[in-house]
Amino acid sequence: MRVEIVDGVIPAAEIVGELKAGSDGAVCVFDGIVRDNTRGRKTLHLDYEAYREMALEQMRALVAEAVVKFGVRDVALVHRLGRLVVGETSVLVVVASAHRGAAFEACRWLIDTLKRTVPIWKKEQFVDGAIWADGEPFPEGMGVAPASGAVRQSADGEPFPDEIVPGGRS
Amino acid sequence: MRVLYFGILKDIVGRRFSEMDLPEGLSVAELVERHEREKEGSAKVWSSIAVAVNQQYAKPEDVLHDGDEVALLPPVSGGLR
Repeated sequence: MRVEIVDGVIPAAEIVGELKAGSDGAVCVFDGIVRDNTRGRKTLHLDYEAYREMALEQMRALVAEAVVKFGVRDVALVHRLGRLVVGETSVLVVVASAHRGAAFEACRWLIDTLKRTVPIWKKEQFVDGAIWADGEPFPEGMGVAPASGAVRQSADGEPFPDEIVPGGRS
Repeated sequence: MRVLYFGILKDIVGRRFSEMDLPEGLSVAELVERHEREKEGSAKVWSSIAVAVNQQYAKPEDVLHDGDEVALLPPVSGGLR
């Protein structure tokens, strides 16, 4: 298991090479790289920041869960922080397994879950300004919605259907 | 108590953390409401966040204690799009 948050270039080929073992029939690699635009707006670079200690702990937990959930043999999960330019790797997911099905599934689950739960953010610098990228909503039970959390129950304790939540949900 | 801000919240509040003197028994939800009342930013920003207490995701009803490290986290956007 190799789980890291790094500030420099992610040595993707080296990580993939190290993970392979004799009992593996498949290594599935997801290499997330910086694209040159967002919805047609030209990207100069991305700045990634993290709640570093918590992010690393969350990544370790995800990898442990993936090994159990999908029965894969080993996983490497590495995320880079700081300024990245177009074409550079921001995140690398490598899954080694006896069979390809589990490797594909675990790889997909790891990147999708990381994107929604690991506290890392990115600011996109365009030629004409910078914005913090919109994150996906936190999974149910993880976010804190002050307006809805306390009132989303009727008197008998049944949750309201979404359309009649007092105050609505924005 | 130290409250940490990340991502867009850091820009809205204008700093990386605040030292706050909080009343005994304050819940996570009440801490967020207090920020929504006193700080800049649209209500939508504050209602979309998660809160970590001592680096674990917390529930709205969790009670904060002196010495806790509390972090306010906007929706995360690591990885790639």
